[in-house]
Formats: sequence, C-alpha cells, structure tokens
Amino acid sequence: MSGMQKIKAQLDLFLIEIGDLSYFTGRFFKEVFKRPFEFKEFLNQCYNMGNKSLLLVCVTGFIIGLVLTLQTRPTLMEFGAVSWMPSMVSISIVREIGPILTALVCAGRIGSGIGAEIGSMRVTEQIDAMEVSGTNPFKYLVVTRVLAVTFTLPLLVIIGDAIALFGSFLVENVKGNVSFILYFNQVFDSLEFGDVMPATIKSFFFGLAIGLIGCYKGYYCKKGTAGVGKAANSAVVLTSLLLFIIDFIAVFVTDIFYDL
Amino acid sequence: MIEDNNISALNIVLEIKDLNKSFGDNHVLNGFNMKLHQGENLVIMGKSGSGKSVMIKCLVGLMEADSGLISVMHNDITTLTQEALDILRADIGFLFQGSALYDSMTVRENLEFPLRRHTNKFGNDMNTEKLVIEALENVGLAHAIDLMPSELSGGMKRRVALARTLILQPKIILYDEPTSGLDPITAKEIIILMQDIQKKYGTSSLIITHDVDCARVISDRMILLIDGIDYATGTFTELSTLQDPKIKAFFKQ
Repeated sequence: MSGMQKIKAQLDLFLIEIGDLSYFTGRFFKEVFKRPFEFKEFLNQCYNMGNKSLLLVCVTGFIIGLVLTLQTRPTLMEFGAVSWMPSMVSISIVREIGPILTALVCAGRIGSGIGAEIGSMRVTEQIDAMEVSGTNPFKYLVVTRVLAVTFTLPLLVIIGDAIALFGSFLVENVKGNVSFILYFNQVFDSLEFGDVMPATIKSFFFGLAIGLIGCYKGYYCKKGTAGVGKAANSAVVLTSLLLFIIDFIAVFVTDIFYDL
Repeated sequence: MIEDNNISALNIVLEIKDLNKSFGDNHVLNGFNMKLHQGENLVIMGKSGSGKSVMIKCLVGLMEADSGLISVMHNDITTLTQEALDILRADIGFLFQGSALYDSMTVRENLEFPLRRHTNKFGNDMNTEKLVIEALENVGLAHAIDLMPSELSGGMKRRVALARTLILQPKIILYDEPTSGLDPITAKEIIILMQDIQKKYGTSSLIITHDVDCARVISDRMILLIDGIDYATGTFTELSTLQDPKIKAFFKQ
C-alpha cells in the first residue's frame, strides 16, 4: 500500500468513526426521552461517579489553588498588585482552570471506567444477554451513564472550584496574613454572572462528551480483552481532545455574549 | 445433501428457511434451513466458525440476517417491531456460551433482572423472591443466592445462567455450546440438568454444540451445519453410521 493509499485509508476510518459517533449521539437523544426511564440505575451511577471522583477532584483542586497562588504571588508583588490575588485566582479558576481540570480528571477516572466496564460487558456477551431478556441495553447502560456524568460533572466542578479557592486562601493567609472573610469578599466581588454561568454550562457539555465517548468506545468494543483495554484508553484520549475543542468553542461563544 | 425423512407431525415452534448471512466476502450461512418441534431437543453440530453462533444470534434478533425467513412460534422475527420482539423474547431462553452473568450484580439480582420487563407474564401477584428461589432450586444452587458471579466456579456460573434463562419460564431454550469450557464431570451434570428441565417444563430446546457426547445423550434429532447449509439431518444413530467423509469427521472424536 502506497503512502497516499494509507492516508486515504486512515481518513476513511476517521470519517467512519465520526459518522458512527454522530449516529450514537443521535440515538442517545432519541432514547433519552423514551419510556421506560431507568431512574434507579441513573441515581446509582450518579452516586458511583460522584462519590468515587470526589476525593480526586478535591485533591487536584486544592493543589491547583495552592500552586497557582504560590507561583503568581512573586509576580504580583513585583507590580505591587498582590491585593488583586483573590480576583485573579477566582476568575482564572472559575472560568477556565476549574472546569477543564475537573473534566480532564473525570475523563481519566470516569470515561475510562465507563469504556472498560461496557467494553467488558460487550465481549462477555452480557449486553447480548440483556437484550435477549427484553431490556434495552442502550437505555439501561448508555443513557443512564451519559446522563449521570452530565449532571454530576458540574457539581464536581463547583466543589473543585471551592476547594481550589480555599487552597489559594491558605497560601494568602500564611504569606500575606489575609483573613478568610476579606479573601472571600474579594473573590465574590470580582466574580460576575458572566464568569459563573458559562463555566457551569460548559461543564454540562464536558460531562456529556465524557459520557458519550466512554459509552461509545465500550459499546462497540471488539477483539476480546485486548479490545477492552483499547476502548478504555481511546475513550480517555478522544475525550481529552474533545474537551479542549468544546472549551475553545465555549470561550468563543461566551466572548460573543459577554465580551470577555 | 442428505434429507430428513423423520419429520414428525408435532407443532413447529421455530423455523428457519433459506437463511443467508455474509461478513464481507465470507459467506457464513448459504441457505440454511431447520425446524424445531414442540418438546423436541434438536442439536446442531458444526465445526468452529461454521456459523452456528451466527445462526442462533439471528434467531433471537441479536444479528440481522441478509435474507431468509425466521419464524419463532409463528412470528416472523424479521418483521416484528422492537416492542413485539421483546415480548416474544420472554418465551425464548438463551444460555450463552460464557454464561454472560452480569458481574456487577449478585446471583439474586442476575435472576431478578429479566423479570423487570416481563411482569405482565406473571400477573400482578408476581412474587419475585419465590420465582428466584424456585429457579435456583431447579439448578441446585439456592444457597448461592447472595454470591457474586466472581465467587462461583465455571459449572456454577453455567447453572446460574440456566436458572436465569428458566426464570421467565420460556417455551423454547437456545443453548450455545452449553458444555464448552467445562470438565467432563461438570459437563455431564449440565447435560443431566438440561434433560431434567426439558422433562419438567416440556420446553423445546435448540442446542448448538461440537461435543459428540452431549449430542448423543440429549438429541432427539440432529442437524449437521457444513458449508453454511443444513448438510444432513437425522437422529444421532442415523448420522453416526453414514459413510459421507464430511459427516464421519464429526463422529471420529
């Protein structure tokens, strides 16, 4: 096969993948409003995903808050602008760092987990068994998980943001003797609707992307146990890439409406 | 092709006519035909990769056939709506080759799972607990009700899978390689269990296997699936005495 043919074959595969993913997304939106609703499984997944990712999100947020403040402080001091620290940290965390980092952590934690779990169910014929028993596996496995990540991620982002700001406050308190009330007064003074709302909406889309790609990779998993590993891995890689694309689009759209 | 001369007058519960299925250039089924009668144990034997599993998956709508008629209890499944197919599936049990137990659920939850969608079959006074225990007692595993699938041996998993198949009280049971991967003693136990179930519930069974011992013990009738067609049909004794080299190869083991 010549180089040109190889590129054409790769392009074909890429376009087929995009087509399949679009079909899968379309099917999700079609099934999500259909009865029966698997409410119990949805709550179970929300609990699993939220509960098991919480510690990781908190630790990551706390460290980011600490590091961001520690590394920015000398520069702000140089310009005599250290009093702007709470504003600078809160805007950067709430608008950008909090949502994208939490989403990346969850893509690794939740996305790969979904890909591996559903992939393993596919190769061991558990999905077929579900279908034969009259249960719609797409509704039971895919719809519940995608909805669970979509609604859990914004909550994790809010918690992660809060912990990151607390981490930042600790540094300011130790280094600059700033009180809790003073620090957070300045944080809330500097945050506007245009900072919080777009970031929260963006987080829903991040959750949707993590859920859809994790489920898609697992649902169409092939080639036995090796395929399960591949599904989990490619779910993380593709989701991470897509998160940045969604982030770019979100910032672009926010800029139009709020004139960043 | 050797014709079947022993078609009984019993009711046909399952019929396949001229079934074709290809994967690209690989023609797996090339006009396969079969009939399963009420209360009959029909064994389909074929080499690995001969299309046995493809055929059985087409039969329950897990795979779409390229062409041909698939009739289950006089319903052409290729024309059924998803809802009608799901209702029909309550009357078809399917025992998967690898048991296919839901590994995140206990044995009890595995058995309760198929009941969620088929409550109409048992009426408003359905007693889930009673049905689960009865199904597990049928396979001698009532004590394993709260265990996880990972805590079960291969033979136990197969029994639990059989109990899950039985819980909906199906009229037809499809067995995909029921004894594969099991030691000879456990395989024999599973075969006896299959016979007991057939006697107790009067189910019709379609058994896909390449285990000659299993076929000898359990079959009322056999079909040899060779080159994608129903190459030969008859009883075990009839087929095992034929001189056709393709058929003899199966009974050499």
